[in-house]
Amino acid sequence: MKKNLFITKVILIISLCMLFVPISGNDRKVTAFTNQVIQQGAVGDDVIELQSRLQYLGFYNGKIDGVFGWGTYWALRNFQYEFGLDIDGMAGGKTKKKLVDASKYDKAFVKEQINKGSKFTHYGGVDLEKQKKPAGQSAEKPKAPANNNGGGQKAEQKPTATNIPNGFSQNDIQLMANAVYGEARGEPYTGQVAVAAVILNRVDSASFPNTVSGVIFEPRAFTAVADGQIWLTPNETAKKAVMDALNGWDPTGNALYYFNPDTATSGWIWSRPQIKQIGKHIFCK
Amino acid sequence: MLRGILIGVLALGVAGTAFWGYQEHREKNAILINAENNYQRAFHDLTYQIDVLHDKIGTTLAMNSRNSLSPALADVWKLTSEAHSNVGQLPLTLLPFNKTEEFLASIGDFSYKTAVRDLDKEPLSEKEYQSLKKLYSQAGEIQQDLRKVQHMVLKNNLRWMDVEMALATDSQPADNTIIDGFKTVEKTVDGYGETDFGPAFVNMQKKDENFKYLEGKEITKKEAENIAKKYAAFGNNVNIKVTENGDGSKYGFFSVTVQDNKTKNEANMDITKKGGYPIWFILARDVKKQAISLNDASIKAIQFLKDNGFESLDLFESAQYDNVGVFTFVTNENDIRIYPDSIKIKIALDNGKLLGFSAEDYLRAHHVRDIPKPVITREDARSKINPQVKVMEEGMAIIINDINQEVLCYEFLGTLGDDTYRVFINADDGNEERVEKLKNAEQIFDDVV
Repeated sequence: MKKNLFITKVILIISLCMLFVPISGNDRKVTAFTNQVIQQGAVGDDVIELQSRLQYLGFYNGKIDGVFGWGTYWALRNFQYEFGLDIDGMAGGKTKKKLVDASKYDKAFVKEQINKGSKFTHYGGVDLEKQKKPAGQSAEKPKAPANNNGGGQKAEQKPTATNIPNGFSQNDIQLMANAVYGEARGEPYTGQVAVAAVILNRVDSASFPNTVSGVIFEPRAFTAVADGQIWLTPNETAKKAVMDALNGWDPTGNALYYFNPDTATSGWIWSRPQIKQIGKHIFCK
Repeated sequence: MLRGILIGVLALGVAGTAFWGYQEHREKNAILINAENNYQRAFHDLTYQIDVLHDKIGTTLAMNSRNSLSPALADVWKLTSEAHSNVGQLPLTLLPFNKTEEFLASIGDFSYKTAVRDLDKEPLSEKEYQSLKKLYSQAGEIQQDLRKVQHMVLKNNLRWMDVEMALATDSQPADNTIIDGFKTVEKTVDGYGETDFGPAFVNMQKKDENFKYLEGKEITKKEAENIAKKYAAFGNNVNIKVTENGDGSKYGFFSVTVQDNKTKNEANMDITKKGGYPIWFILARDVKKQAISLNDASIKAIQFLKDNGFESLDLFESAQYDNVGVFTFVTNENDIRIYPDSIKIKIALDNGKLLGFSAEDYLRAHHVRDIPKPVITREDARSKINPQVKVMEEGMAIIINDINQEVLCYEFLGTLGDDTYRVFINADDGNEERVEKLKNAEQIFDDVV
């Protein structure tokens, strides 16, 4: 009799487990953060989860884009305040645990919406189906010509926004990368950062235009612009070099000019006070 | 005989014509590129100005005092007129582009009228404030649309000359992305201020002071080599080259190149002759998949600073770019943040090692300061802030103001709508020294095409 009871118990437990397995085994299962401490400026899956969970609880009203910016920071601090945690704006072990306990995260739903590029929210207590809008309800323009060679890394889940140094846009970076690639693609990495830094020094200088595009397209300023080489497609290195320059690296010692001594045609450029040479370029004041 | 001469003359004629034709062709190409560049400049300038316009209007929303509002509105006015002239230079005469111009004109009018008015006697009314808000959101939309067009122009290498030719020959251009894009802009009608590098950037004038605060003995080439070797951390199997600065530099420095003989990775570094301080350091290598978090990297950066004798610094900003973490540190003296003293560090997120280091601003600005006591109280300073801004964090800071002086300020971080602002109130006289709208993450446009 006792044994029978035991068996019934076991069967009951197993069947109970079976009951739960399909639910949690569904791809809508609860997944929790990796064990990193998430801080402002971070990007990635953990940030997407953080934003979704904060939104679930109503702290975060911005877009779930996978970049830990100011909106996420304030939301997280408010959460920490309300839940009696240390208010430091960082998602460490304790905060993440509280967050996981208090909220639900429908990973499959969020990822699906991000992949589709839909507008969506992830508030708790509201049917998720009502929180999505298909992408492109605004009048869509005709498809641009096929030029899809750049989409090699599309398959992986990516944040839909990105960190950009203060005061610049992705397009500024692209334009500068074009100029750097056209002017200095054969140069070592530091030489490419240096060319980007010269562009920025000129933007800063009173004797040159005040915009990146103004400096780049100033007549006769850069040979790569004058002969059309600026329209070559830049590589990743040029882009990284531009990012370094925008973030404050200046290998040139505040140079405003540079030239290649082997090909320079103007005698004037030799009269500028020279600061240093990087690769083939001489940088001057 | 006659035949020979005739052939000679004709041959010369043909050769001459060919040469002339080639010259013409080259000239035509040069002029084409030139014209194209002018269009490109006008277009990219326009998108940039709209960017700045949007930010500037956003900043004025959070301002309170006349001292800061009037110049900011004057700036907006200047920007609209610049943007307007750039719209005028684009080959869009055959396109209906008048709404965007109207929008620019209405911002221009509004900002002019309010900028020249004495805002102390007659502050912005609630209605004006609302219209400023509306202009801000419209500017945001136009900015977004223009950026999309700009992204497509850059991505697909579109030429304005093609548009013009298409318009001139009246044939339907095969690819009229530019025109379509502008029609979208026109539909939603779009905005950013002069580039403001934020408080942690020392500007050009300041740069002329040239490391006057540095202390220490002149170092030798050998010592410079050793410093660079330590920063590069390649071990001893390296190839080192040291050069001195040229005559054009106002200060003395060594440029050191360290190459790892095994991996061929190269590190470059400039070191001041006086005292042997690192000005900047760059290590060029491919960074592999992210293995550590931004937070772990920031701990490494802090440790690195400690190991290299930099003290009392606060982590001010951190940002992840792909698999690289970039951190900005500023001096913290008795809980006062000294923004001119900034150091930037780049850490690879694959192994947590140093990729870059930039202390130029720090070396120029860092010195023992005699920090005055604040004259006004924190509450007084707080009352100077626009009441619409919700203050979230506060502290004290030294910044460089518009006339290049270091001033002690109360610093407030606050939110208004979806944006976060940093407001500096002079601790001496309560002036609103600086209002900054902090950058939000930028949408990636990959999917619009």
